[in-house]
Amino acid sequence: MMGNTMSLVSAALKEGRVAPTELCQRCLSLIKSTKFLNAYITVAEETALKQAEESEKRYRRGQPLGVLDGIPIAVKDNFNTAGIETTCASNMLKGYISPYNATVVQKLLDQGAVLLGKTNLDEFAMGSGSTDGVFGPVRNPWSYSRQYKEKSVPKSHSEDKDSNWVITGGSSGGSAAAVSSFTCFAALGSDTGGSTRNPAAHCGVVGLKPTYGLISRHGLIPLVNSMDVPGILTRCVDDAAVVLGSLAGHDPKDSTTIQDNFKPFELSNLPDVSKLSIGIPKEYHAPGLSSEILALWSKAADLFKNAGAKVIEVSLPHTRYSIVCYHVLCTAEVASNMARFDGLEYGHRSDMNKSTESMYAATRREGFNDVVRGRILSGNYFMLKQNYENYFIKAQKVRRLIANDFVKVFGSGVDILLTPTTLSDAVPYTEFIKEDNRTRSAQDDILTQAANMAGLPAINVPTALSERGLPVGLQFIGRSFQEKQLLTVAKWFEKQVKFPTIQLEEVKRHDHGVFQHQKSASFL
Amino acid sequence: NYLRIVGLEIHAQISSNSKLFSGSQVQFAAPPNSLVSFFDASLPGTLPVLNRRCVEAAVMTGLALNCSINKKSLFDRKHYFYADLPAGYQITQQRVPIAVNGSLSYSLCIDNKMSQMVTKTVRIKQIQLEQDSGKSLHDDTRSQTLVDLNRAGVGLMEVVMEPDMCCGEEAAAAVRELQLILQTLGSSQAVMSEGQLRVDANVSVHHPGEPYGVRTEVKNINSIRFLAKAVDYEIQRQIKELESGRTILNETRAFDSKLGCTVPMRDKEGKQDYRFMPEPNLPPLILYDAKSLPANMNHQQVVNIDWIHERLPDLPSVKRAKLVERYGILPEHSFTLLNEDGLSEFFEDVIKQTQMKPKKVIGWILKDLLSYLKKHSLTVKESPVSSFLLADLLNRLEEKEISSTAAKQVFAELWKGEGKTPLEIVKEKKLQLIQDQKDLEQICQTVIDGQENEVMAIKAGNRKVLNKLIGLVQRETQGRSNPVLVKQLLEKKLSE
Repeated sequence: MMGNTMSLVSAALKEGRVAPTELCQRCLSLIKSTKFLNAYITVAEETALKQAEESEKRYRRGQPLGVLDGIPIAVKDNFNTAGIETTCASNMLKGYISPYNATVVQKLLDQGAVLLGKTNLDEFAMGSGSTDGVFGPVRNPWSYSRQYKEKSVPKSHSEDKDSNWVITGGSSGGSAAAVSSFTCFAALGSDTGGSTRNPAAHCGVVGLKPTYGLISRHGLIPLVNSMDVPGILTRCVDDAAVVLGSLAGHDPKDSTTIQDNFKPFELSNLPDVSKLSIGIPKEYHAPGLSSEILALWSKAADLFKNAGAKVIEVSLPHTRYSIVCYHVLCTAEVASNMARFDGLEYGHRSDMNKSTESMYAATRREGFNDVVRGRILSGNYFMLKQNYENYFIKAQKVRRLIANDFVKVFGSGVDILLTPTTLSDAVPYTEFIKEDNRTRSAQDDILTQAANMAGLPAINVPTALSERGLPVGLQFIGRSFQEKQLLTVAKWFEKQVKFPTIQLEEVKRHDHGVFQHQKSASFL
Repeated sequence: NYLRIVGLEIHAQISSNSKLFSGSQVQFAAPPNSLVSFFDASLPGTLPVLNRRCVEAAVMTGLALNCSINKKSLFDRKHYFYADLPAGYQITQQRVPIAVNGSLSYSLCIDNKMSQMVTKTVRIKQIQLEQDSGKSLHDDTRSQTLVDLNRAGVGLMEVVMEPDMCCGEEAAAAVRELQLILQTLGSSQAVMSEGQLRVDANVSVHHPGEPYGVRTEVKNINSIRFLAKAVDYEIQRQIKELESGRTILNETRAFDSKLGCTVPMRDKEGKQDYRFMPEPNLPPLILYDAKSLPANMNHQQVVNIDWIHERLPDLPSVKRAKLVERYGILPEHSFTLLNEDGLSEFFEDVIKQTQMKPKKVIGWILKDLLSYLKKHSLTVKESPVSSFLLADLLNRLEEKEISSTAAKQVFAELWKGEGKTPLEIVKEKKLQLIQDQKDLEQICQTVIDGQENEVMAIKAGNRKVLNKLIGLVQRETQGRSNPVLVKQLLEKKLSE
């Protein structure tokens, strides 16, 4: 049951084979026994059970609100949730109880979803490992999978079962881990430079980054307003389509959402890719790309070819500038967005009270970690009058060039781009922290960032296990607002690769033998 | 020997129900922090949503000031840390404001008597939409600052006037005219005492032919009167400084109304770099006109410049011209009429209800009514004498039922607001003019008979002495004789 997709569980709820409260209890219990993953910052047990009870009443009356009714979900802790702590994994917001729900949270609750809790992340979503939050790093559930353990070479004497654990990727690592370890059926993340797709790839789940402007950001604590989108993490592409359908659409509270009416769609069970043109951007053969992933990428291209699709190499020439461009624009927006954290109206306030200025300084030093402070300083530097033209304006222009690369390619008849999502499978934590956050982000974001620059929809689909027994995913990038086409291709690909289910001890114990080795083919 | 250069930055609070980017209410003097939305408090995750009424107010104002309205304008963030700025930045329009390149005409009296007016023009550089900040009150005794965010996020129009003015009087007149325009449009109530209109002056001096001098910014000006004082003081201060061989610092100074001088402001140390950045959460503001309006556009979602233009009310300058043309009053009269809230309407109401010619009515309005109002610090709305009562009084005067002296007496009585009509007061105080000509003739004869010397002087050619006789008749009749008639009768008798 726990390993099921949302659609299957939803059917089970409707048919009365399982009750919402039971489902909720099982998830809560599994969260407890997988606590070592540190995927959740806050578990909202009481409210979740209440929501489950309400859902149960509706099912008994035969009036469920929809597919999401009674479905346990988790939300990244940078989304505002009324009455439930929202921390952004930062000391600045520890204990902060928001008075309002983010629009996306409200929409899920309005559909009857059961909010289990808030998931862990890099502080203020800055990072690609989910290792730099004040509540500690998130552990990739695959670290404890049979698949990984079988492949990992046990270190001789100082063998600590734990020391080998690998990162989830970030910054939505908690959400990815939560979905991957079956504690929930869908989770919200956010994606600014790859923060949903990256951990999705490392945790073997589907990670969808929608087109900028499709889903409301009202209530999502911003990192880069012009690039942020709410991200969707699920166990299969169909589930992502369902969640997308419940979230997309104009929000009057967010002036950057498009006005056009969004029509939720269902994906065909027999997706057809033979008429499509798949582009392979050569610049995504980036330095540091593991040979494994390169091989998988190539195999994937062949899969499409064999299915009759046109597969061609394309060029996105400005890809190599995206890191520095992102760095300037991101830090500038960060410096601006973090200016509101002064300790006056909410959040942490330092005891220093000699003057307002000293209180601000102390509050911000105490409240923010080094990563955040580093970006604020950089960003302010780039926005100084004497630097603005050379850095910020220049970066905006480069951003336009990067976006135009995609416009040209899509304009030349290519429908979808196929690229790797990450350079390698997940690395062990001990190795990851050898480099600083900035270096890691620069390395890891290279394959995902450009889609944020251009505002395009992109999705990670789990593809295969690496030699180390860890998930590797591939990424599809689509045209603006063409999520239906994007997800259709993703679904087709998902069916082809039949990515294996994670085999976790803890889940086995909880699932009373209903545990299934599910192949994608049986997702019907 | 010195050219005086004065420019102004004026912030006018937009008259709207809700704030510029959030739905919380706009209201003066509400309990502290009772009108603060999540967005105003800068709660993380909240986003700005533009208020359509504020855009319309800015377009109206731009059109009234002869500006070009930018069909596409942009929003920016201006960063600085201050207790009354919760987000750490203000949303404003720095790159492309909503309106540019306009002009404002205003008039000044050449002398003090309001008898000769000259028209001047000041160029309007731009009008931009921006957020107001909250208010902070410094409590030095307890070493704390109290912050009230009610005003945070209220919509402002910043009107920038180019340095085309040269003294306090010009600055004051320009601001006064702007105030009237805003009030006529309804885009701002522009009451300075309620902080709805704030003026900062930029002042510099230089010798003709030399480059412009260093300028100072003068803030904390709380009335139009103080604006004139502050500007003139600052001009003099700068001249004195330069004459003494010192230099002017490019600084911000506050006007101290008690001392009547400008003093350096402690707060502003060094130059601030506001690190302007585009506001990423607001798309460009697109305005339409009749030509560019797409056919299928939901008209609730668009602001049509032409539609607004068609519905602009008569601006003060037009109103004044109409008053002068329609009623034959002097231009300076029209200024005074419009300067007092409600006075021109009062004037027109009286005109409607009386046969007295407007040229005569205006005297009563501007001299009698207005001076009484000023003396008692009342507004036109609070006048105990209604237009109906005044018209009634003026009619009695026109009908020659009372003399003009008597009329003034009646007016004074009416002012007491005891509810008596002019007729009642006339009867009570026995102010009716003697209507019986025979009676009057007899009194005239009596006076003539009693003033032999004066009669001889008049007959000898000294017409001025006639006034003495008229005065005596007036005294005899206790002011109840029509002096014009008395003069006629006396002249007739004396020529016999």
